Amino acid sequence: MITLSHYLGLGAILFCLSVVGIFLNRKNVIILLMSIELMLLSVNMNFVAFSHFLGDGAGQIFVFFILTVAAAEAAIGLAILVVLFRNRATINVADLDELRG
Amino acid sequence: MTFELIVFYLFALIMVFSAARVITVSNPVYAAMFLVLTFFTAAGIWMLLEAEFLAITLVLVYVGAVMVLFLFVVMMLDVNVVPLREGFVRYLPVGILVGVVMFVEILFLITQRYFRAEHYPVPPRAGEEVSNTEMLGRLLYSDYLFQFEIAAIILLVAIVAAIALTMRRRPDTKYQSPGKQVQVTKAERLRVVSMESEKR
Repeated sequence: MITLSHYLGLGAILFCLSVVGIFLNRKNVIILLMSIELMLLSVNMNFVAFSHFLGDGAGQIFVFFILTVAAAEAAIGLAILVVLFRNRATINVADLDELRG
Repeated sequence: MTFELIVFYLFALIMVFSAARVITVSNPVYAAMFLVLTFFTAAGIWMLLEAEFLAITLVLVYVGAVMVLFLFVVMMLDVNVVPLREGFVRYLPVGILVGVVMFVEILFLITQRYFRAEHYPVPPRAGEEVSNTEMLGRLLYSDYLFQFEIAAIILLVAIVAAIALTMRRRPDTKYQSPGKQVQVTKAERLRVVSMESEKR
């Protein structure tokens, strides 16, 4: 039988992979955004698992709202990225130091 | 080992592999493709958890919309990936260290005491007559109606923000101004010239 720990373990692996991804790709904004999406997915996995094992639909409603906010965040993040690339012709995080005092 | 467990392990394996490829592959297009695979297998696992509506939503919204948006942006930006990869090897040890430590900590939490199988018994499979979509709809439009409307406003703000951020007026583009067109008067367009009539 698949227990709750299976799903939580899978979510934990995904979350840690996305944290490692933020460490490894700290120059590339696109991969950073993808890592954040992965992170949200792992959290959603936990919500759905708890919703199933507790027999409560509220967890799935939460996933619904997280999906909404994640989609909005991805749209705005990519729009900022496009404007950034149009103005600076780079998406390298190391080059974005205009606000440095 | 039941069939469900085999399916779960297969999906989990594909998911972990593709998630690992997302963060290690050098080409962002491939990373987006592997992210699509990750979301797809996540939808399969949510099917195992009897969250059918959310599984389909994940495929439609994420694979169908968000990842296409990612691919659009990745292909539109002519990015030189070589300088973006620098520091990959340098930060590999500390990244793996943080990831492993975090995973071990979470593993302690989820396997030791509180989330054991005796506290969370595996629920029986829901019958055919139980509709996940209907349950979600009843919850969403009764208990969570206010939050649902807030989510709608968040999406509207996201649309407005995305368009406002990316819209620009090019000075060299010619376009009509209907407001000025309807405000025009006869004097601006027509000039009456009085002149001698020509002799036959």
